[in-house]
Amino acid sequence: MSEPNRKPKSSAALLQSRRNALRSYLGAYGFMAPAGVLVLIFFLIPVAIVLYLSVTNLASSNFTSDLAKMEFIGLKNYRTLFNDQFARKIFFNTIFYVLVTLSLFNVSLALIVSLLTTHIDRSAGFVFRALWILPRITSPVVYILIWKRMAAEAPFGILNQFNELLGNPTYNYVATNPWVFVVVVNGFIGVSFGMIIFTSAIESIPKDLLNASLVDGSSRMQRIRYVILPLIRWPLLFVVTYQTLSLLTSFVEIQLLTDGGPGLYRTEVWSLTAFHRALSNYFGNAQWGYGSAFAVLLVMIGVVLAVIYMRVFRFDELVAEPRVEAL
Amino acid sequence: MEIRIDNLTKKFGDVVGVEDLTLHIDDGEFVAFLGPSGCGKTTTLLTLAGIYKPTDGLIRFGDRVVNTVQPKDRNIGMVFQSYALYPHMTIFQNIAYPLKLKKTPKNVQNEQVRQVANVMGIGELLDRRPGQLSGGQQQRVALGRALVKEPDVLLFDEPLSNLDARLRLTMRGEIKHLQKNLGITSIYVTHDQVEAMTMADRIAVMNRGHLQAFDAPDELYDRPKTRFVAGFVGNPPMNFLDVEVSPSNGHFLAQADSIQLPLGAERGAPPAGHGGPVVMGIRPEDIQIVDEGDVTGEIFVVEPLGREDLIDARVGPHGFILLADTEKQHRAGERVSLKFDMTQAQFFDPQTERSLLWRQ
Repeated sequence: MSEPNRKPKSSAALLQSRRNALRSYLGAYGFMAPAGVLVLIFFLIPVAIVLYLSVTNLASSNFTSDLAKMEFIGLKNYRTLFNDQFARKIFFNTIFYVLVTLSLFNVSLALIVSLLTTHIDRSAGFVFRALWILPRITSPVVYILIWKRMAAEAPFGILNQFNELLGNPTYNYVATNPWVFVVVVNGFIGVSFGMIIFTSAIESIPKDLLNASLVDGSSRMQRIRYVILPLIRWPLLFVVTYQTLSLLTSFVEIQLLTDGGPGLYRTEVWSLTAFHRALSNYFGNAQWGYGSAFAVLLVMIGVVLAVIYMRVFRFDELVAEPRVEAL
Repeated sequence: MEIRIDNLTKKFGDVVGVEDLTLHIDDGEFVAFLGPSGCGKTTTLLTLAGIYKPTDGLIRFGDRVVNTVQPKDRNIGMVFQSYALYPHMTIFQNIAYPLKLKKTPKNVQNEQVRQVANVMGIGELLDRRPGQLSGGQQQRVALGRALVKEPDVLLFDEPLSNLDARLRLTMRGEIKHLQKNLGITSIYVTHDQVEAMTMADRIAVMNRGHLQAFDAPDELYDRPKTRFVAGFVGNPPMNFLDVEVSPSNGHFLAQADSIQLPLGAERGAPPAGHGGPVVMGIRPEDIQIVDEGDVTGEIFVVEPLGREDLIDARVGPHGFILLADTEKQHRAGERVSLKFDMTQAQFFDPQTERSLLWRQ
């Protein structure tokens, strides 16, 4: 433990060193405090409130903002939820939506766009990537309006105008293919995140390594497979994890595009249900308690998934011991 | 494999990497590209590797023009300064990578990788990853990876620059030995003139994208054809002095201010015939401190190098670098007499910087 020829510390020196250690801890916690406060205010407290609301029958009819006056009904909301004939459909809708959007767009297309734009002229690549960021930075309402007008029924939508021009029948696209539009519309937004992460990861691979692969005899495709993809493994796993959770909780675009329709819950996803039940009930009766039960389950699914991802992808290997030592 | 570079030019936009380079390299030859940073030596190497496409000119491997041949179809091995080992692969996989890409059968791969690893002395390390190896070991792996596919041409891009001085010395010898044994045509880029001098059969000295000289090491040293080559090759570098050379009593005299140096006809006649001022070059080892010399000066600085002392002596406004025996224990401020071995003096045209003694 201690070095052999070091003299035993005097008690004054010991006290001093403890004081120093305490001071450095205080410094560390001080720096962490702002982030901690944010997590507390915007995550832990809301989750606690939602958790509480989910065991009350708070609704428009018995509304009160006093937590103490809300009527406690135990797990009744959860029982109702599990017996809800549509909850099952909505659950599988959600899985379908997340998996398809994630695999086709948020990961695959993002990867393809970053690989393509890093293999062409730098400035051209930059322009293409800038274009792909547009869906992300456009306000959702405007963005969805653009899609809706594009796909609108004849004689308005440009797609149908082409159909008319070519003498083809016209369609009400969003109504006939709601899932295609839900996935594509969300996917186009989702591409930018992975694209930025993948591009910077690819560009940070040393040039020598990329040249070495070509000289060693690889084609450009082989270089992607054997060198580039393995080297961006962590960013890939990170994007899968982050985007799964992000898609699970996203609903604004779906709400604006189909509002869960057409028909009964055709494209309704879990987070949208929580919103519909709690805040936007068709019959004017907002069921905060029941909606909260949906939200709580979503949080639980999210946390469980996050833990599974972190275990399976071994993110702890990325975290190194701090190199800065406090004396 | 014989390599012939004819009028090669490579530009990046308006920036000239290398211009109008003509160089013919014989089969089995070891050629060094020597020059300061940004002289175009690495650009030339990467163009030979097929990473860059020539803007103009022709590159031939044997009889084949390779200007637009993909790197993978050139059968070259390359060693980088950064080693460029694949961090996600084991040492075995790193060395086997070129074979895997050639679709060599697994058992042959295994055999060849082990053979190369044993030659390179890294047979014990095959299961490790590059991150677990020292710099010297990594460079051996990189060399093994370049050799395993039995390339026609070996390209080295400052392979020893990241190693410590002692290891550099060992690796220098090993690479030279290996190259001679295998007889693979090799091009070695370096800014270290000692590496170039000790390893190469011929050295191509480059500066600002232009070839300055292409000659055997001793030829470059004894008969530099430009002032740049004279100043770049040799350590410590050659001393330069603006002089006028004129005939005097059957021999010649080089003069600068109070300095007067007698010259034989062999070295003296060309600069005298040139007319007007010329640049004289004299290597540090050709100036000696003696009792009765040509000129007297004062020692400005003494830098002990261990085996000898590097001395900066001043004669009036002119400074000379020379080497002296450490046992003489020269001190700064001491007045000394200097003897110039003028049979080794070089003379250059001050405008064109070309040698007045050796024509290209």
